[in-house]
Amino acid sequence: MTASLLYALAGAVLFGMGLYGLLRLPHLLRKLLAFNIMGSGVFLVMVGLPQHRGGADPIPQALVLTGIVVAIAATALAVVLMRRYYHLSGMTTLEEPSPEQRPGGRR
Amino acid sequence: MMAGWVRTLITTLLCLTLSGALAASIWAIAGNPTPVDLPRLLSENMDRSGVAHPVTAVLLNFRSYDTLLEIGVLVIAGIAGISMAKTASLEDPELRTSDTLLYALQRWFVPLMLVLAGYLLWAGAERPGGAFQAGAVVAATGVLMRLGGIPMDFLRPGLLLRLGLGLGFSVFLVVAVASAIGGEAFLAYPPGLTKALIVVIESVLTLSIAMVLLALFVSAPVNDAEDPEEGGPA
Amino acid sequence: MTEWLLDGLLVFALLVTAGAALFSHNLFRAVVVFIAFGLLMAVAWVRLQAPDIALAEAAIGAGLTGVLLLDAVSHLGGIRPGDRNRGGRE
Repeated sequence: MTASLLYALAGAVLFGMGLYGLLRLPHLLRKLLAFNIMGSGVFLVMVGLPQHRGGADPIPQALVLTGIVVAIAATALAVVLMRRYYHLSGMTTLEEPSPEQRPGGRR
Repeated sequence: MMAGWVRTLITTLLCLTLSGALAASIWAIAGNPTPVDLPRLLSENMDRSGVAHPVTAVLLNFRSYDTLLEIGVLVIAGIAGISMAKTASLEDPELRTSDTLLYALQRWFVPLMLVLAGYLLWAGAERPGGAFQAGAVVAATGVLMRLGGIPMDFLRPGLLLRLGLGLGFSVFLVVAVASAIGGEAFLAYPPGLTKALIVVIESVLTLSIAMVLLALFVSAPVNDAEDPEEGGPA
Repeated sequence: MTEWLLDGLLVFALLVTAGAALFSHNLFRAVVVFIAFGLLMAVAWVRLQAPDIALAEAAIGAGLTGVLLLDAVSHLGGIRPGDRNRGGRE
């Protein structure tokens, strides 16, 4: 058990938390946060696991660097789409607002 | 109400199972010694890469195919974002914050951040830094400038915007195809020119990454004004 | 021993901030906590001997994502509706 392995295991937990949030949280912005947390978990696993033996490994680090930039681009595009959706439908969730929820389905 | 409760339970169980399986496989993999020794291979080939920093060498030489595809993805995301934008001009004077404090602050910060971006780009050859970090800093500078009310004409859809978005990908692709036509493998830099080519590619990559991120940030439709081109909520 | 303490605390803080970003009631608070999560990730990358990723994460995760998400929250009605006369146009 090394520190790198600890981070990799934390990445697995973050992945699980993010997946739950992505599936169950209603608000679109929360889903986006969950998606980002899930990605961070994957990145931690990708860097932490190879470094468990033999110290710093530049190859996964370079791949994760690429991944982070793609993740921010995806996040920005998601925000653009989300605002467009809100502008057109007035909703911030994907589900139709059910009667027992607050009127408008907005939080 | 009951169905929602059951669904939450199922989702929780599913996520716990997946997370646990992932952790277990990490534990199992960590217990096995790795047969391939990539870091050693990398350090043996470092002197052929043209740069002294291993991460930059991987990004722009050994695995440059990934970086090429990545900038392609970024450009596509940028184009998608711009085409979502409601305003014809991405730079709308009404949307600026025009805060005097912010304006005073950015007179100090913008030059400093641009110098920092240049340093990061230059440092990428032998120590941590490189096109991605520099691009992010340039994009952050652009966001600051936009919030503070400096007009940015280059974000108007037109030649400059297209050039900024496409330059990184096209230069990278031209280098790749040129080496392929010259008889080498796709993306194999000709020996002797490696360092120069990497520096050129990194510079245009910085510009493109910054433009994509900035365009995506700016193109979020911000005002709720009526837009005549839409037929109303579908 | 100190290093283990640091790593353990950092991992704990990562998990707590991630949980708070997902499940806190206030959306604005969630986004602010998420920015803190990004900064903690940058520290974690330093601990994993990855200064390149740490630099990128500090610039992107804390800077750009923060501005982007805070901007989105203020327009998507995370701040109390009526705060900004932004009830939507329907």
